[in-house]
Amino acid sequence: MATRTTTQHVTTATAQSGTQKPTHPTPGALVVERTGPLALVQDAGRFGCRHLGVTQGGALDWISLGWANWLLGNAPDAAGIEIAIGGLALKAERTLRLAIAGADLGATRDGEPLAANGSFTLERGQVLAFDQPRAGLRAYLALPGGLEAAPFMGSLSTVAREQLGGLDGRGGALRVGDRLMAASPAPQGDEQARELPSSLPPMPADDTVLELVTGAQIAHFDGASLFAAFNRPWQVDSRADRMGVRLTGPVLRCQSGGMVSEGIPLGAVQVPPDGQPIILLNDRQTIGGYPRLGALSPIACARLGQCAPGTTIRLSPVTPHQARTRYLRQLALWR
Amino acid sequence: MSQSLSPRLETVGMDALIVRLFDAIDEAHMPWILAADNALREGLGEALIDLVPSYTTLLVHYDIEQLSQLEARRLIQQALHGLKPASTAAGREHRIPVWYDDSVGPELARIAERLGVDSDEIVRRHTSRDYCAFALGFSPGYAFMGMIEEALATPRLKTPRQKVAAGSVGIAERQTAIYSMRSPGGWNILGRTAVKLFDRDRDEISLFRPGDRVRFEPISREAFIEQGGDTTPLEER
Repeated sequence: MATRTTTQHVTTATAQSGTQKPTHPTPGALVVERTGPLALVQDAGRFGCRHLGVTQGGALDWISLGWANWLLGNAPDAAGIEIAIGGLALKAERTLRLAIAGADLGATRDGEPLAANGSFTLERGQVLAFDQPRAGLRAYLALPGGLEAAPFMGSLSTVAREQLGGLDGRGGALRVGDRLMAASPAPQGDEQARELPSSLPPMPADDTVLELVTGAQIAHFDGASLFAAFNRPWQVDSRADRMGVRLTGPVLRCQSGGMVSEGIPLGAVQVPPDGQPIILLNDRQTIGGYPRLGALSPIACARLGQCAPGTTIRLSPVTPHQARTRYLRQLALWR
Repeated sequence: MSQSLSPRLETVGMDALIVRLFDAIDEAHMPWILAADNALREGLGEALIDLVPSYTTLLVHYDIEQLSQLEARRLIQQALHGLKPASTAAGREHRIPVWYDDSVGPELARIAERLGVDSDEIVRRHTSRDYCAFALGFSPGYAFMGMIEEALATPRLKTPRQKVAAGSVGIAERQTAIYSMRSPGGWNILGRTAVKLFDRDRDEISLFRPGDRVRFEPISREAFIEQGGDTTPLEER
């Protein structure tokens, strides 16, 4: 995401907290008691290294990570945990304030239900557990000051395929026994009472509209295909992961087949010869050679990251200017 | 080759533009791509988030908080104005020792048989020229290089392997590459190098950068082991 400036800010802040406030031998905050399908350390992603074949990574639903962080007064792109599908259980080694946002995974504190979006105190010895999706796919957990660990190329983002990032620095998911450290003992300032605005959109359901910035290569597609692309419903396929999400629907025809490989932006909607689009997300390969309709806006990418297989979506064309206006408005909510 | 270019700028996303310089793959294009890479890094400065050069294009990912797309286009056009190709010495040179052997390079014999020559002849041809790193991708530090001589050109495997060992040296069509980490892959494997392409403990994390020149050198099994190479046969992985 384009929040590189704040990423640098966070990196600096973390470095300073190491020198200015020499914390007591950082006490563990949370211990992993049980893991689910996939719980990953994520922040805004890794930037400035894509020419070396290193992908972007980062939270798929960066908006929900941003809100979870906002609830604790963190920078919106501070590192947290992306919990896909659920199954994770964490025990507090000391009493601390936490926040969750994004998918409703049936979170509980010592068995008592918690709101899917909000901050709460987890007393020492209490267990925060995530069950399974009720709405959306990925919940985000924020810790005071952000999760602390050693970044690689400026980011903690976990990319399994590249064996980079995460707590182990090798792209591993959270494992039983892992200890999560918070960068600060408590939320900064008087942020404890923050609540999410009630106007936020719910997790995407059927007929979710995803905005697509049309790209120059759209001219390679025939008219009927373009009409279908923006007027017919698409279904999110089960072949979906952090690299990309496949859509099924009308077959799109393109005059150019394979092209010379070139850099791929976040959200690129590429169409391989079978005519079924693949939307390339944070862990995508850095270059590729299929023709593209354009790229989903970053806000649409975040929404797509919450769409369960089978969800129907619609694509809506927007200009870069329209997408930028909405993106900047989102960032402004956190200032 | 003309000495001036008119780059085309294409919208590819909210905060990304493709600078298209050429339409086809050619080593002669790399000095231009490198020159554009330098010019864009300088011209966009702090507003540049990522710049991904490839065979014929550069992807510019700019900071949407600093620039509108119109402003980005203007900066890019300014940066590329009067572009001159970089000198051929702009890329660095690497010599990569490779143990060419059937055990770690199962396609060596197959390609030799197709051409009616012995494996040594395939090795001689693969090591007889400098290759240009056109682009990095697929996995961190993995460079797409070329061009290998036309007679060696071989299509990708019909069924990609589930696991290709790190350091495996392969060819596909007229390109050659080294697997930077263990991964699935469909290239024809000829041998293996002990050189690490991507090493987080090294100052230069990625050995290759786009525009570098690479020459392969055949070495013996003993030399390969001495360099720390893993002799586990490819198909056993």
